[in-house]
Amino acid sequence: MYRYDEFDHTLVAERVATFRRQVARRLSGDLTEDQFKPLRLMNGLYLQLHAYMLRVNIPYGCLSSRQLHQLAFIARRYDRNFGHFTTRQNIQYNWIKLDETPDVLAALAAVEMNAMQSSGNCVRNITADQFAGRAQDEIEDPRPWCELIRQWSILHPEFSYLPRKFKIAVSGAPQDRAAVKLHDVGLYLRPNAAGVIGFEVIVGGGQGRLPYVGHTIREWLAKEDLLSYLEAILRIYNLGGRRDNPQKARIKVQVNALGAEEFRRLVDEEWEQIRFTPQLTVPRAEIERITAYFADPAWEQLTDASTTVARQRSADPAFDVWNRANVVAHRTPGYAIVNLSLKAPGIAPGDLTADQMDKVAELADRFSLGELRVSHRQNLVFPDVRQVDLQALWQELQGLSLATPNIGSLTDIIACPGLDFCALANARAIPVAQDIGRHFTDVAALQDIGELTINISGCMNACGHHHVGHIGILGVEKNGLEFYQLTLGGSSGEDASLGDRLGRSISAAEVPVAIEAIVTRYKALREGEERFLDTYRRVGLEPFKEAVYGQNPPRRQAVA
Amino acid sequence: MGLIRAGRLVPDPFTDTSGLESLPAGVPLIVSLEQWQTQRTTLLASGQRLGLRLKSDQPPRLIAADLGHFSVIVLEFPKYRDGRAYTHARMLRERFKFAGEIRAVGDVLQEQLHFMHRCGFDTFDVAGPDPEKAWRTIAGDHTVAYQATGDGQPRALDLRKGTGP
Repeated sequence: MYRYDEFDHTLVAERVATFRRQVARRLSGDLTEDQFKPLRLMNGLYLQLHAYMLRVNIPYGCLSSRQLHQLAFIARRYDRNFGHFTTRQNIQYNWIKLDETPDVLAALAAVEMNAMQSSGNCVRNITADQFAGRAQDEIEDPRPWCELIRQWSILHPEFSYLPRKFKIAVSGAPQDRAAVKLHDVGLYLRPNAAGVIGFEVIVGGGQGRLPYVGHTIREWLAKEDLLSYLEAILRIYNLGGRRDNPQKARIKVQVNALGAEEFRRLVDEEWEQIRFTPQLTVPRAEIERITAYFADPAWEQLTDASTTVARQRSADPAFDVWNRANVVAHRTPGYAIVNLSLKAPGIAPGDLTADQMDKVAELADRFSLGELRVSHRQNLVFPDVRQVDLQALWQELQGLSLATPNIGSLTDIIACPGLDFCALANARAIPVAQDIGRHFTDVAALQDIGELTINISGCMNACGHHHVGHIGILGVEKNGLEFYQLTLGGSSGEDASLGDRLGRSISAAEVPVAIEAIVTRYKALREGEERFLDTYRRVGLEPFKEAVYGQNPPRRQAVA
Repeated sequence: MGLIRAGRLVPDPFTDTSGLESLPAGVPLIVSLEQWQTQRTTLLASGQRLGLRLKSDQPPRLIAADLGHFSVIVLEFPKYRDGRAYTHARMLRERFKFAGEIRAVGDVLQEQLHFMHRCGFDTFDVAGPDPEKAWRTIAGDHTVAYQATGDGQPRALDLRKGTGP
């Protein structure tokens, strides 16, 4: 993992000191809430329905056991004994007291973490494939580039007051686990025709009220041009993004208003002006320095333990099911990647208690070389587990309710905090996820259904990524009541697509029944091993509409 | 309200003519882009020092060829959230090599002064009762930067010289 050096430490420490002064000015009345708002937002502090919420960056999803212990300490000392992992590889604390926030930030700085730019109209936490450096299909590890972009974007003097927030994701594998095409800028590490690895650059993806899949504006960009090209994109956006209406201020609106071709032309024109400036070149020594932090850990020389694991799996069906659902192939013989599900039945997706955090950190030390990852689907990952340890780890995780074998299945639900916490929400999201989790507890049935993602958002801002769930659920408010609008066919992968609206919205109680009807119809229609998404793409909306609403579906109602 | 330069309140010799019916004679003037475009000949004939005031949607490239006529470019922040003038200032300094004064006016707040300075602003019409104190307060906030701008401050990565884990 990356480690702060003296410069990184100084920068974060100065930021904490500055925020301490700003909080003191707010508490003394020297600053009004209006004047304080932009300052707290730059430090990840939101004012929510009930209290302040602090959003902490987990850069590109990488976390050490030491850092997780500190997150547990913060949850215990400054919050209500839990934290919430979000879709952006952040952790949020929902019950923070304003006067204690500088101390929380100092506690984070002590373990080389921060909350800088986790909100505000600036470049947010850089996100990445949670299997970076470990996945078998990886072309190149995205983490050094993420760290380079992180540093370039932090406290950028020119780009800290953009029209709107700006999210960048990077993947180094052909299978996209980071929803790259749904970001303001998405980067895929790709070889060109000559076999040289560079970046495919995608711009203008995003969710919210106006969802778009991003456009590729450059098929291949040389690595040394990365920062100058990003600077050109940000500059065109800073100057040309709309500032009259926050709903239309994201870069996706600019890209789609201009057309991807024209946007590319503007970027290229600007880029030609700056691409050779020494200020934007990355010294080879610096990228080598950063890359060295992500060198392979001290893996043992092992061979694949397939016989041992196969024997254990056939002796214990539950262990077998967990392996199939939650264990992923590692690129090194004898190792495995293990997903820890934060989606046990009845639990708010992404929540982890302080005690669980401490225990997970201990397990990471015992079983995963002290490192873990956070995924955009709100789960945790142990990247370096010896295959011979899988069964022992599984037993430990069961004791923590973190072994639910549902990764990628329909109870591995993404959900935003919803109306339980969020001032923007129209409807609750967490209880709906919990209901679905309780409705589908049969492990064999879940495995039979296979890959099927459900994403739930409590409002059109789409923090729960409902547009790109294979099944999306959007909370809407009608006459003061909560209703839910279903969409089908979304995907956040390399085959990204936005879901289609199924029909009229339904009540919370009807949601699990409707999901059941959709799943039953899918099982009747699927061909061979076909995923739900592929069946849907083949047969379209009508069979599912009929399954949910009956033979004579009621007239569609316009909802928000 | 007062103009800050290098941490000190300094007198402003210019008269901002926006909102004035006719241009005063015999004093340095700050004019709008529209005034410059329509009264260019008169303004040049006056022999006075001139400043140009640009709104946040008026990029400096519009007057790149004329920059030599101005000793000050005034960039507006209609709201602190409108960050376009940061780019404008860098363009003036780094692309068009404007060596005169770049002044920040409008919603210019203490906590934004550092970024403005790094982008090339050198005078600030700071809100609040004690602009010198505002400057002093923030002066030590950021000693490390990850980015290079035209101000010559080295990036952290230039200072590291490749030391690693």
